Amino acid sequence: MKTGMIRERQAIQWRDIGAPIAVFLATLALWEGLVRWKNVPPYVLPAPSVILATLVQDRQLLFSSLMVTLGVTFEAFVIAAICGVALALLIAQSKWLERALLPFAITLQVTPIIAIAPLLLIYLQPGNAVLVCAFLVAFFPILSNTSLGLASVDFGLRDLFDLYHASPWQKLIYLRLPSALPQFLAGLRIGGGLALIGAIVAELAAGASGQGTGLAYRIVEAGFRLDIPRMFAALALISLSGLAIYGALAALSHYLLRGWHESARAQDE
Amino acid sequence: MTGLDDAKSQRTAPALVSLRAVGKTFPSGLVALADYDLDVRAGETLTLLGPSGCGKSTVLRLIAGLARPTAGSIDWRAPDIKNNIGFVFQDATLLPWASVFDNVFLPLRLGGLTRETAAPRVEEALAHVGLADFSRAPPRELSGGMRMRCAIARALVTRPALILMDEPFAALDEVTRFKLNDDLLALKRRLGATIVFVTHSVFEAAYLSTRIMVMSRRGGSVIDEIEIDPAIARDDDYRSSKTFSDICRRGSQALRLAIEQATP
Repeated sequence: MKTGMIRERQAIQWRDIGAPIAVFLATLALWEGLVRWKNVPPYVLPAPSVILATLVQDRQLLFSSLMVTLGVTFEAFVIAAICGVALALLIAQSKWLERALLPFAITLQVTPIIAIAPLLLIYLQPGNAVLVCAFLVAFFPILSNTSLGLASVDFGLRDLFDLYHASPWQKLIYLRLPSALPQFLAGLRIGGGLALIGAIVAELAAGASGQGTGLAYRIVEAGFRLDIPRMFAALALISLSGLAIYGALAALSHYLLRGWHESARAQDE
Repeated sequence: MTGLDDAKSQRTAPALVSLRAVGKTFPSGLVALADYDLDVRAGETLTLLGPSGCGKSTVLRLIAGLARPTAGSIDWRAPDIKNNIGFVFQDATLLPWASVFDNVFLPLRLGGLTRETAAPRVEEALAHVGLADFSRAPPRELSGGMRMRCAIARALVTRPALILMDEPFAALDEVTRFKLNDDLLALKRRLGATIVFVTHSVFEAAYLSTRIMVMSRRGGSVIDEIEIDPAIARDDDYRSSKTFSDICRRGSQALRLAIEQATP
């Protein structure tokens, strides 16, 4: 019985981790094979081995740029999370505030960040402009998800708190905040990825005017020099960063919700 | 004295709460209750029996202060009774993120008690419902019956004089339901609280109650009122007795009438 369960668990781990890695490696092998077989020059399409070699060779330059981009992403994400939750709490206090503030948040969300970035670069220092761009895209999903969570408290539990004459503060601490946690965490997962996108977009806009030291700037710079392997190497680092951010936030969400929320339990079962 | 006799002492017991000419009309225009009168007498187990939509849950919500009447008045014998009511909802309504202990602790926590001060009372309530060994378990690890026990412990923890129960066992299987009915009767004997119980099961009403009020869908008007001698022991013998079957027959007839009245 126990061996059966362990075997089943191993099968699930293979399905969740092994299968995507196998497909990824097969794709890389196919790519490598095609490039070598057709003798495609690296300035058209570099082979994965060349990209890896570039990563190793340019590691100092690329990793220092990665740290710049990740630093901005993290800073913007933290500010977006704090402001998103704060505004969601404010909006939850009154319908009037919701009506007054939400349209502004939505306007910011629906205006493409690539269109705002050049303007921000005029008004702000390049570093700050990148930070604000990353903040703007990460902020809205955190705000809207947290707002939704705060508003969607189970009716029975609401009655229970009313029955015991709970104060608004007690309702917030013991009912609304824990109820909103799953949606807040979903907002964080989306916001984390978007903060990176926002930072990259702003860096691209800033990079075109010859400023900045982030990864996107390295892509623009390598593009000017037709250094295609380095472009790919920088792109690979951005993708890996995005995956790492998503993975870390998904793990945080699973850790906090395990044992009670359906989203975390479904993964366990 | 038979079970159907009006027990005089019961009738003369003072009312904990009285509803006078109470009406409840929802904003949609739906009339849940109209000109409804009710005296909840101290110490009784009163069951409101009726088809769905007859307003029996609304009566509980009005008594609990979770809804306001649109007409009439609700008078309390003492305000402290009003401020300390136990309510067991149709669903267990537990906080999914909190342990069994924390769920039962909640009413005391909202009342300003610290965990240390409240712990003996929480443990006592858990012991009453047989959940003493499960205090650290999260609700999802409990069966339906255990969840309901947890909800009952939570309703008991403030030691209320009045407990309102809105079809608490409706979703449970029959074996669990019988067991919980017996446990509820035992708790009632031990704690002596007044219980207002809502159900649409005639058998459950006949087994638990000292008084049954059968309500119709027409604004909650009372079709029949059945008094049951509180002195009768509630056990398997009672379930197979003539008294029990007489009460069930009378309750079923009234219920049928309530349903017929409701269908135009």
